[in-house]
Amino acid sequence: MMQIVLVVVSVILSLAAAGAIYRMARGPSLLDRVLAADVLLAIIAAGLATDMAINRHLENLMLMVALSVIGFIGSVTVARFVSDKR
Amino acid sequence: MNLQLVLDSIVAVCLICGALMSLAAAVGLLRFPDLMSRMHSATKPQVLGLLLMLTAIAIQLRSWSLVPLLVIAWIFQLLTSPVSAHMVGRSGYRTKHRHEELLKIDDLDQVVEAAAQYRAGEYRRAAEAGEKAEEAAAEQQDIALPDRDGPPENARFDDDESRH
Repeated sequence: MMQIVLVVVSVILSLAAAGAIYRMARGPSLLDRVLAADVLLAIIAAGLATDMAINRHLENLMLMVALSVIGFIGSVTVARFVSDKR
Repeated sequence: MNLQLVLDSIVAVCLICGALMSLAAAVGLLRFPDLMSRMHSATKPQVLGLLLMLTAIAIQLRSWSLVPLLVIAWIFQLLTSPVSAHMVGRSGYRTKHRHEELLKIDDLDQVVEAAAQYRAGEYRRAAEAGEKAEEAAAEQQDIALPDRDGPPENARFDDDESRH
């Protein structure tokens, strides 16, 4: 049963990542791209969590926390320095 | 019907719902018209999706010593994602990434206007004070100041006003 769940979750996460990457490539403004990058990081964290849950280990937990730090610092920095004129 | 099967089903449901949150965020990113509504959809996998995934890990590994770690990981995300969303939304508002016709209420508009007027008044006062000080210094030294076209702050302020 867990193998079926793994396949289903992988397919869903791949579709979600494709959507986020499309928005990142297309996004009309810089902030849209930053937002899409944030969502992509959340999707990667979800993939790591799925791996941990199905294979019963905890090696990725610190990586997930580091990913949330990276997303935080990245989006705050870019949002801080977005120029006033488009 | 044994306990193992029940727990496995709960894990499966949590994982698939968490993955569906990510998919919902991606669909929202693709379909919504402007930055603010895209931000609304982007928070789903960051908070609820992560909670569901961590619940699945906790149920699957079945050890109480793990729970504080997972709670810390979740609370960390819970603390950081509103701050970054606030920063993105703020700079998105300031750089006009919004569709005025889609907004029913714009509470921030009055605040921004008042701040701009306050800042303009401050600039004007500072410029006048600066001119007076320069005139006084020139009178003391008996040197005529060359005519100037006004402080550069005025030009920037005019630009600000034209955009409101």
